Amino acid sequence: MSNGETQVAQASGERGEHSMAFHNIKTIAKREISGYFASPVAYVFIVIFLLLTGFFTFMVGRFFDRGEASLAAFFLWHPWLYLFLVPSVGMRLWSEERRLGTIELLLTMPVSPWQAIVGKFLASWAFLALALVLTFPLVFTVNYLGDPDFGVILCGYIGSLFMAGAYLAVTCMTSALTRNQVVSFIISVVLCLFLILAGWPPVLEMLIKWADPGLVDTVAAFSVVTHFDSVQLGVLDSRDLIYFLSIMVFSLFTTGVIIRGHRAG
Amino acid sequence: MIKVDNLVKTFGPKRAVDGISFTVERGEVLGFLGPNGAGKSTTMRMVTGFIPPTAGRISVGGHDVVDQPIAAKRLIGYLPENAPAYADMTVLGFLSFAAEMRGLTGEARRKAVNRVVEMCFLESVVHQSVDTLSKGYRHRTCFAQSIIHDPPVLILDEPTDGLDPNQKHEVRTLIRRMGEKKAIVFSTHILEEVDAACTRAIIIDRGKIVANGTPEQLRSRSEQAGAVALRVAGIPAADVTAKLRELPTVRKSQVLAEAAGFATVRAYPNPDGRNGALQESLFELAVRQNWKLAELRTEEGRMDEVFRSITLPDTMPAANKTEESK
Repeated sequence: MSNGETQVAQASGERGEHSMAFHNIKTIAKREISGYFASPVAYVFIVIFLLLTGFFTFMVGRFFDRGEASLAAFFLWHPWLYLFLVPSVGMRLWSEERRLGTIELLLTMPVSPWQAIVGKFLASWAFLALALVLTFPLVFTVNYLGDPDFGVILCGYIGSLFMAGAYLAVTCMTSALTRNQVVSFIISVVLCLFLILAGWPPVLEMLIKWADPGLVDTVAAFSVVTHFDSVQLGVLDSRDLIYFLSIMVFSLFTTGVIIRGHRAG
Repeated sequence: MIKVDNLVKTFGPKRAVDGISFTVERGEVLGFLGPNGAGKSTTMRMVTGFIPPTAGRISVGGHDVVDQPIAAKRLIGYLPENAPAYADMTVLGFLSFAAEMRGLTGEARRKAVNRVVEMCFLESVVHQSVDTLSKGYRHRTCFAQSIIHDPPVLILDEPTDGLDPNQKHEVRTLIRRMGEKKAIVFSTHILEEVDAACTRAIIIDRGKIVANGTPEQLRSRSEQAGAVALRVAGIPAADVTAKLRELPTVRKSQVLAEAAGFATVRAYPNPDGRNGALQESLFELAVRQNWKLAELRTEEGRMDEVFRSITLPDTMPAANKTEESK
């Protein structure tokens, strides 16, 4: 047995199945993140994200006119901001693999498809988290101007991150559908828009005129806005987090089904 | 190491692979030949576990590829068709990633990367990003990825595609050398490669195996195998063929060229003209007739002719047309 084979055998022998899975996910996630920073995409995205959050918070959200020490004006716009920004981060995840043909390399390596899906998803999610963390000067600003409730702010950040994760999982699913990034972007924007509109007050008001209140509640329960609003107000209800998590699990599971479908031909 | 049993893959109504069986042991290099769309790539994709088979079984190193994919994939190194690689990575980053995915970390990873960089002559481009590489370098980068964990099984889909003649030669030498210790399957439509690198070859057409044997065995199926070419000065070719026809050892003859006073004729052997008898009788004939013999040579079979006659059953094989000249 040659040297390399011995090493591989040892490597797989020493680690259990679980730590092997963890190793694979970590390796795939690491590659994906370095992929973002190897091109200008990451920097362009972060700059645009920060500029837009600033614009919406201060200009459109009238942060200073509100006269309250909270980040409500900041979080208010996140469902809409993410509508375009998250699909632009996630659209390449699988479509690029299919376009380049590297999916054939990736899935013939000793990893299971779900490890690859989770690894890629976590990488993009971590990247979005980084962008979100870079909005920290806002926290300092409210702290300087007044006496904010840090619990509410933390809740807002957690809710925002989970919402980004839900959008991202939807994008992940659409990017597995096509080898064209633009198509993947458009489909995920439409799907995410639906998730917003289902709970957007103007739509609900329209529905309430003719629909049963129970039905209106059901529709609203499917919306990210309904769930994000309560989190953002400082109520970290497990049901809201479960809502976001179930969108992620469902979308990533569907991603797996789609990828298996492609391979089965 | 590789055992494929009655493999079938259908895409809709089309049977891309239709009941293929073969085995490859350590120390064997199996060449996969066949026209485009014959099912070579599909077979390889199933063996590497990328696409599931519609029916049939594949086992690699005793592990069933469908039931124990991870264990099987650990033993396989794979170079897909067109040599895909992550465009946004450097060669070094890409190979490190491949090593890590194969469970190599730290010092072992560094060593493995250095080894394949040296084997595949990638030193000059290690820090270059993959999308700036020329086709030859990208191909070799992907090839390097497939051998990074020194796998006992190597599946190579057109490993010499897009390389220049020198690089082709290097890759063939590499395959032959590695084939001493590994089980290798590679596909190609360059026939000389079969001679250069394979211990055994399979010809696939329309999803089925139509020929299977060593390169010599395949070549001997050629019409030309054992035929004798004869070059004579100063005599019209028609006269030569007329005389040849009288010999009992000659089944038929064919004029290859007639120019500058030389007639070149090929004689095909009868059953009793095999094993040198034909050449001997032709020599005796030339002596009897006082021909000025410029050349007398027994021909080997030609792989491309075997390939054509096997994979084109609808059109008349080129060799049959020579019947007319008799």
